[in-house]
Amino acid sequence: MLATIGCSSIDELFAQIPPSVRLDRPLAIPDGVSEMELAADLRALARRNRSADDLVCFAGGGAYDHYVPSVVWALAGRSELYTSYTPYQPELSQGVLQILFEYQSMICELTGLEVSNASLYDGVTALVEAVHMTIGGERSRVLVSAGVDRRAVEALRTAGQGAGYEPESFEGEPPVTDDVAAVVVQHPNVYGVLEPARERFAAAHAGGAAAIQIFDPLSLGVLAPPGELGADIAVGEGQCLGNHLNYGGPYLGIIAGRMADVRKLPGRIVGETVDVEGRTGYVLTLQAREQHIRRDKANSNICTNQTLMAIAAAVYLAWLGPEGLAELGRQCVSKTAYAAQALTALPGVSHAFAGEASFKEVALRLPRPATEVIDAMVDRGFLAGVAMPQAGDDVLVIALTERRSRGEIDAFVEAMGEVLAS
Amino acid sequence: MSDGAPVRTQGPRASSGTIMERSSPGRRSSAFAPLDVAEAGVPAEHQRTGAPELPQVAEIDLVRHYTMLSQQNYGVDTGPYPLGSCTMKYNPKVAETVAAFPGFQRAHPLQPEATVQGTLEMLWRLERALCEITGMARATMQPPAGACGEMTGLLIMRAFHADRAEEPPGARTKVLIPDAAHGTNPASVRLAGFEAVSVPSDDRGLVDVEALRGLVDDEVAGLMLTNPNTLGLFEERIEEITGLLHSVGALVYYDGANLNAIMGKTRPGDMGFDIVHINTHKTFATPHGGGGPGAGPVGVTERLAGYLPAPIVARDDDGTFRWDRDRPESIGRLHGFHGNVGVLVRAYAYVFGHGGDGLTEVSELAVVNANYLAARLAHAFPLAYPDAPPMHEFVSTAEALKRQTGIRAMDVAKRLIDLGYHPSTVYFPLVVDEAMMVEPTETESKQTLDAMADAFLQAAEEARSDPDLLHDAPVTTPVRRLDEARAARHLKLRWDAGDPST
Repeated sequence: MLATIGCSSIDELFAQIPPSVRLDRPLAIPDGVSEMELAADLRALARRNRSADDLVCFAGGGAYDHYVPSVVWALAGRSELYTSYTPYQPELSQGVLQILFEYQSMICELTGLEVSNASLYDGVTALVEAVHMTIGGERSRVLVSAGVDRRAVEALRTAGQGAGYEPESFEGEPPVTDDVAAVVVQHPNVYGVLEPARERFAAAHAGGAAAIQIFDPLSLGVLAPPGELGADIAVGEGQCLGNHLNYGGPYLGIIAGRMADVRKLPGRIVGETVDVEGRTGYVLTLQAREQHIRRDKANSNICTNQTLMAIAAAVYLAWLGPEGLAELGRQCVSKTAYAAQALTALPGVSHAFAGEASFKEVALRLPRPATEVIDAMVDRGFLAGVAMPQAGDDVLVIALTERRSRGEIDAFVEAMGEVLAS
Repeated sequence: MSDGAPVRTQGPRASSGTIMERSSPGRRSSAFAPLDVAEAGVPAEHQRTGAPELPQVAEIDLVRHYTMLSQQNYGVDTGPYPLGSCTMKYNPKVAETVAAFPGFQRAHPLQPEATVQGTLEMLWRLERALCEITGMARATMQPPAGACGEMTGLLIMRAFHADRAEEPPGARTKVLIPDAAHGTNPASVRLAGFEAVSVPSDDRGLVDVEALRGLVDDEVAGLMLTNPNTLGLFEERIEEITGLLHSVGALVYYDGANLNAIMGKTRPGDMGFDIVHINTHKTFATPHGGGGPGAGPVGVTERLAGYLPAPIVARDDDGTFRWDRDRPESIGRLHGFHGNVGVLVRAYAYVFGHGGDGLTEVSELAVVNANYLAARLAHAFPLAYPDAPPMHEFVSTAEALKRQTGIRAMDVAKRLIDLGYHPSTVYFPLVVDEAMMVEPTETESKQTLDAMADAFLQAAEEARSDPDLLHDAPVTTPVRRLDEARAARHLKLRWDAGDPST
């Protein structure tokens, strides 16, 4: 090969690198190992974790232990799909393109909105991108409900350093003035509480601002969809749709909106068209919005997205079907109500937000700091939930998915009773 | 087709419609354990009234539908994928196995730190290795892809300048970018609140250092650069370039898109870069997933470490690991949790599976393979900038072919599909007419490279002898050339039960 190239050594091919910047020693990383050694190393690391496989998971806060059926990754894990690149050559990529078209269709059905993109990095990124869709002209303020996950607010604050806004928190009625671009409401909110989203969105619209809802995709078998509540843009974390917990990523950013805003929508969008013989096919479309065409005029810098997670979500939603979605929702609501009732019967435990309805999470006020309780519950085999220090050190939010059985909930309540009494 | 070329069989043609059209009322795949507590509901004002029209299918319908669709897709596992700038190397299977270990896959992002010591140690070791490869001091694992890594780096740049007491706030408004750069660079620059200023290339395809000198002043926050650059050429005057920026107090950002060329040979830190992002889905072979997930760790020099997104993994003296949240200078959070940890496990497997010696060999073979293929193609598709030898990828031009035959780079690309290959990147970078950007990667054998070269050369020959083969291509795929203009004009972005055209 070197003869064809016309050089005598590999070093010659690196001759353009000036000697002064060359690395004159080997990389200080151990030499390579066989697959069996590597797998043993990683197995040892993995075994040092005590995951939701070892501990019964009542933790939520944006990542949930829903059941992932075998069929999801049997299909999303096909290597023709996962070893492909972004489908820029559509004739070789009809598989990914059609699945993304189906994903977009299912997200529209779920949210009651008109258009979805092909995914973003995660739910938090989707919120940042949604806010950026709304900012312009005189409107640059962003009002964020106090019930929004603080990680999402932190990400908005980070992005706002460049984009020139600072998210402002509100409780109750949003104070919408003519410089407000967007009102953000999480429903169900970070404490599991169902918000009066219709009223909040009506207030946003009355002031000329856009309404953005952070939603839980798996709530939409029982809860009215964002489109019906008046949201202009709906964003959500799609981890719950067939994706594993993976310690926080890769997850799936869902964003859906109204057709009138389609040219502001970030990321890839798949459209249906025909080939030269009139056969139906799919392509990436409206690419003139995107960074690789518009460069510094683009609305978003997003390039890579989370296609594989969107594929998993499409398979999962098709597995679920409308009846499965509704049944899963009923199971979450019922188990949450059951657990909340049993836990608030323990001495010193109360609802942090009394009298509010929940979907699959509930905030409890404990007689001890939540982090202490979480640590003590690990010893009893449970991931007890998520601390919410912004609501008080004694607030614990627990999540109940369809996976949690009555037996597990009863054992959890019993262990909580022991921990709180000790 | 030459010997050694891949034989690709197509699945059934795309005639069976979407999964929604396979739907039949009452069919269902999902099943749950019976509800074993009292049924509860949500208040009426919150209830959904009409059910969403999700597909109603049995599991076998699902399996056949998505298996059929997977067969209409081309991946690295299907055949060679010489897509320039994308580094489509083989994705080792062991990475999938280890990422699926329950300890990793089933870990909740908000678990107590004591219960995720294995993941934290994995992230710590990976950070150390990435810093060694790039010559940086610390790195964040939070950015989920390269573009987010760029945003992270630019916000660090912004915070660094804002903290400089000797300068008026907001004085640094510009970020310099070579004209050949990827589109994410200028888009990220604007979203980070800067103005993107283009730096011209010289006639050798390198940064025009004299022009750069004229652009560098105290309004410049920094420069973003890949090295080797977007044309696959090493910027020989890199020390002069980074020195020039540093002389006015600006920072230099290394876009890690082309890191695959230089591992163990030189390091961005040694060239004078201050901030580096890494695309694990390029250099470290984490699968591209059809367009994601990726991961975009960002490394910085010691003086910028305080600005990294918080939290960051810390190791205490007793050997335990924790998230260090007490970072007052941090630019904040860019991801909901800790980044694409499931992708980072795969990157760890690649880095430590290959080891320092193996990674160096990866870069050597990537450069040999690119130069070999470039040499084989040179007479039909000459290099756009022939004065310097390319590194891990090269940019050829079909400009002469187009002039002589009317055949465009896109036609060659489509013909390559019929010959059994994923095409190279075409029409990028924008500064080259009829650009064909080819990156074979180190994982392709000489036999494969020869067969691929034969296919390129066959296409060039056919451009003269039988141009319709190229105009009509592809003909072996489930669909032929698609009407992209129609897709954008008559937007159909979802299936609609009421639409008779579906």
